[in-house]
Amino acid sequence: MPDLSINFAGIKSPNPFWLASAPPTNSGYQVMKAFDAGWGGAVWKTLGVPVVNVSSRYGGVNYRDKRLVGFNNIELISDRPLSHNLREIEEVKKRFPNHAVIASLMVQSRQEWHDIVRASEDAGADGLELNFGCPHGMCERGMGSAVGQEPKVLQMIVEWVMEVARKPVIVKLTPNISDITEPALAARRGGADAISLINTIQSIVGVDLDRFAPYPIVDGKGTNGGYCGPAVKPIALNMVKNCAQHPDVRLPISGIGGIENWRDAVEHILLGASSVQVCTAVMHFGFGIIREMTSGLEQYMVEKGFNTINDMVGKALPNVLHWEDLNMKYKVTANINEDKCIGCQLCYTACEDGAHQAIKLNAGTRVPEIIEENCVGCNLCSLVCPVEQCITMEQTDSGTQHLTWKERTEAGDIPTKFEDEQAGGRHHWVPEPSAALGKERYKTLPGKARIISGETVAPAEA
Amino acid sequence: MAEFSTPTTEQQFAENFAQLKPVMNRTEALYESSRCLFCFDAPCIKACPSGIDIPQFIRQINSGNDTGAARTIYEANYFGNACGKVCPTEVLCEGACVYNLQEVKPIEIGRLQSFATTKVIKSGEKLFGPGADNGKKVAVIGAGPAGISAACELRSLGYGVDVFEAKAQPSGLTVYGVAPYKITNEETLAEMTYLQAQFGYNVHFNSAISSREELEKLEDKYDAIFLGIGLGKTNELGLPGEDKINCTGAVEFIAELRQHHHEVAVGRKVIVLGGGNTAMDAASESSRLGAENVILAYRRAKVEMGAYEFEYDLAKGVGVKGLFNVAPVEITGNGYVSGVKFIRTETKDGRVQEIAGSEFIEPCDMVIKATGQAKQTEFLSLIPGLKLDGKGRIMADAHTGQTSNPKYFASGDAWNGGAEVVNAAAEAKLTARGIHAYLSK
Repeated sequence: MPDLSINFAGIKSPNPFWLASAPPTNSGYQVMKAFDAGWGGAVWKTLGVPVVNVSSRYGGVNYRDKRLVGFNNIELISDRPLSHNLREIEEVKKRFPNHAVIASLMVQSRQEWHDIVRASEDAGADGLELNFGCPHGMCERGMGSAVGQEPKVLQMIVEWVMEVARKPVIVKLTPNISDITEPALAARRGGADAISLINTIQSIVGVDLDRFAPYPIVDGKGTNGGYCGPAVKPIALNMVKNCAQHPDVRLPISGIGGIENWRDAVEHILLGASSVQVCTAVMHFGFGIIREMTSGLEQYMVEKGFNTINDMVGKALPNVLHWEDLNMKYKVTANINEDKCIGCQLCYTACEDGAHQAIKLNAGTRVPEIIEENCVGCNLCSLVCPVEQCITMEQTDSGTQHLTWKERTEAGDIPTKFEDEQAGGRHHWVPEPSAALGKERYKTLPGKARIISGETVAPAEA
Repeated sequence: MAEFSTPTTEQQFAENFAQLKPVMNRTEALYESSRCLFCFDAPCIKACPSGIDIPQFIRQINSGNDTGAARTIYEANYFGNACGKVCPTEVLCEGACVYNLQEVKPIEIGRLQSFATTKVIKSGEKLFGPGADNGKKVAVIGAGPAGISAACELRSLGYGVDVFEAKAQPSGLTVYGVAPYKITNEETLAEMTYLQAQFGYNVHFNSAISSREELEKLEDKYDAIFLGIGLGKTNELGLPGEDKINCTGAVEFIAELRQHHHEVAVGRKVIVLGGGNTAMDAASESSRLGAENVILAYRRAKVEMGAYEFEYDLAKGVGVKGLFNVAPVEITGNGYVSGVKFIRTETKDGRVQEIAGSEFIEPCDMVIKATGQAKQTEFLSLIPGLKLDGKGRIMADAHTGQTSNPKYFASGDAWNGGAEVVNAAAEAKLTARGIHAYLSK
């Protein structure tokens, strides 16, 4: 059996799944319940000078029939007295000595940082996570993302913390910044042991159409919140990759953002995370999802022959290149499996209206046909096709040629003028604009189908 | 063993005749509408005789624009709610859904349709109104799906419309002839009220047009006359004993059932003669009324029945037994029905042949004849110049509905010989436009 345990910057945990600092880690009760269910670690809801919260606090993004594909909150750090939190941390550690309990911290002055770091460590925390990410409420008070957006300030506070910290220190980064590696580098310069990302993204998840106010609504008004949930995974993955690939960051990464099942976790790990943190999925489905996550991860490791989590970390990184290093000679074209096609013609409209007009319809069949010479291999048709393996992208180049934009640039072989002969689209087929008028959109009109199609309305045979 | 106990109260009746396609709630509609692929040139639209833009209204439901969805439906079909519930969607829109080819459950288009229309009917929100008065008037004979659809369309084109209906309620077969588990009287009549409130046509109930004099009055007073008269009574079989008590026609039986629910009595052992959809309904209904045994007797083999497969499955599902390759020769009994004398048959070269000496009597205490409806040829003969085809159907232009008497137009069962509600609704809409074209010349 593969070994799921990790040693993250010196913090040991029976598996890489931690609860992120958030409502699910608000109390000892919750953290113990989570450990009991199988979670490997928990980053305690941020400690600091207790706050007062508003209601409501959460907003959701539903997509068609799916609830909470995106989620946001305007909740602040822990509103419970510090002494209560510390006492509960102590109790949890007594009962779960081998699980990871990490104290998330957010205070202002150097003295406050020193005090809270010492207090957390005394309570038994295995590590500290500095919350430089919170994008709402706390940043207006000069904390949270206000710090995460200022590398110099971030570095200074990390230095304050490192003056007294004896346990590993993780810096949690905000994604509300143009280049995530800048605060990551500042964290490294400050002496941090690890980074975690991403915190939530500044957002408005929706507007109430009747009350003309953003969600969540507090007495008819609202504010921007922090966005998270499945919808933010692509952004998180890219930022994790950016930090993992940067030659000077070289810090363990705890991946956060859109992790709901083992696949999401593995994706974070393959791009460089060596622990992962989960919040929204637990707020949606409860602690019980951990069973599927560990079992899925274990099964994946068995299938791929990974013995430890470390074997997997960053495995995909060598294949994430800059655009200029991609092979321009590689060609794929779409192929429709006629037997699998159900005739929905979504590929046709997608290509016709949304891409390159390389699919046509033929009379007598609902199976569309790829016009190979027009197909640029963009992938759109295979993405919209609702049938598994019906539209596949097949390699059509010889596989022997390799040429990148960078190589072309070096050879002086790139378009440089507005009317350049070497422009990629110059020799691509496109229909005449006037051919757009009177297209199939009018083929079937509501209530007029039979008139337009010219069919006669014959009496039914009795 | 009877599956259903005899209903004695309205509540028991409602339980026995529970709706096959109950109206969805918002969550159900949200989930179901989410599955629609929004096919290009969608096969479901083409499979709908009224050509409703189905992907459009499903998408409207999904985005919370239920009123817009109802508008999309009603723009194509004035019987939008009824059709959602009574249409054989299994062979029309839902049968054409591309999911079938993936062996995935097709979208429940009928129920989504009724979801949107029920909502707007309940709200009473008006989506349409009459067009500007053009000073011309049209008489509509028959307040069934054809007549009412024509009335709506004609009003929207600015005509004054008077509908003459022999019965006491509008909507024809939808309230008198459809099985009660497909749609309730309340639902049907609510849609009729809703349509009339918007379009403002007049309906004269209990006003049969049956004489030449009455027709002449209409011809004088109106610029055109629309015939939406449907079909007549159940065909006589011409068998000895057909006049016995408890031998009834399916059309009459169902009409009685739709109006009087649990007050309608049914035999303990019922034989239904016929193999069409009406036979399936009558058999299924007998069983739901508490009959202990229901036999469906058809003169050909099972596979040759005219009924849709799902309709036969529905009857089988409530305990109806099939008896195939038998032809009735006599209804036996002394005053009351006591049985049916059958002779066994076989099909040779497509023709049904009786097997000599194979007669037998199947005892029963009720016979329901579902052997087709008669054409109203006697009434139609009162219209000068009106041509009928060899089967007694009104002959009319397929696009305009105009008959050989230019003032008369026809749609629905009287023209098509007997089809679905949706056919009548779609044809009548076309015919109303045909009338408009004729009167605009």
